[in-house]
Amino acid sequence: MRNPANAALDAVDRRLMVATQAGLPRVSRPYDLLAAELGIDAAEVLTRLQRMLDSGVIRRIGAVPNHYAIGYTANGMSVWNVDDRRVDALGAQIGALDFVTHCYRRPRRMPQWPYNLFAMVHGPDRAEVEAKAARIALLLGDACAAHEVLYSTEILKKTGLRISG
Amino acid sequence: MHDAAALDDVDRRLINAMQGDFPLVAEPYRAVAETLGLSETELLTRLDSLLARRVLTRFGPMFQIERAGGAFVLAAMVVADEDLARVSDQVNAFPEVAHNYRREHEFNMWFVLATATREGIPDAIARIEQATGLPVFAFPKEREYFVGMKLRA
Repeated sequence: MRNPANAALDAVDRRLMVATQAGLPRVSRPYDLLAAELGIDAAEVLTRLQRMLDSGVIRRIGAVPNHYAIGYTANGMSVWNVDDRRVDALGAQIGALDFVTHCYRRPRRMPQWPYNLFAMVHGPDRAEVEAKAARIALLLGDACAAHEVLYSTEILKKTGLRISG
Repeated sequence: MHDAAALDDVDRRLINAMQGDFPLVAEPYRAVAETLGLSETELLTRLDSLLARRVLTRFGPMFQIERAGGAFVLAAMVVADEDLARVSDQVNAFPEVAHNYRREHEFNMWFVLATATREGIPDAIARIEQATGLPVFAFPKEREYFVGMKLRA
């Protein structure tokens, strides 16, 4: 999982990534349109997309909502300083909570940054995010030395990833 | 900032239905529209409108760039309030910066770098540090416990 082979992706897959990274065409037959652009059959577009989904190169095909616009105006990045020996077991439990959308272990940056567990929590207001963070704190118990919740106050940029062809 | 109240019930059902598993069939919009009781044209019109209004930031495949040889790294900076506009412009000018959020903390600028190769990350960081004159703290993920983007509208 750490170091997946890239060999499975060929030049056509990469062209397909470049052609769709800004989005899927919003026409009745989007895969036909991509096929015409790439000079391959529509069936091949479908096969390649399915293969990339199966291998995890594509996580999913779908819409990405702007959290704010759909009512989740409080967007908290909760960060936790968790005992290294217990962080993996606890991280898995926190990731399983229904209100956590992303959960990762990341390196500390001492002395400025003592936190090694990151969990994104969204809610309609800060009180709800705080209540959810309290549930995480309860779950972590004495394995956690300190935590903070960093609220976003502004989206400075959001374009999604861009790779060049 | 958008007003959540500007979404009607059909918009919300559409957003909830379209966050994943978009079908790989010849006429996928028609297939989704049928499950929602809409016409294909109405679904496409609403999808266009949601994207134009930035209720949706994107519609299409979400790539896990690490599986394709690339890298995706969270990074943060400590930026003085009076420098925020300048630094934000400088950081956002890098195509490697996929998104950038201002957060209430001493570490007040948090962005994600996405590069086509692993080597691209330290290179982009060096160039951002040079452009802004400020240190960039990288927080690469060491372990992923969960990623699920579904939020009910």
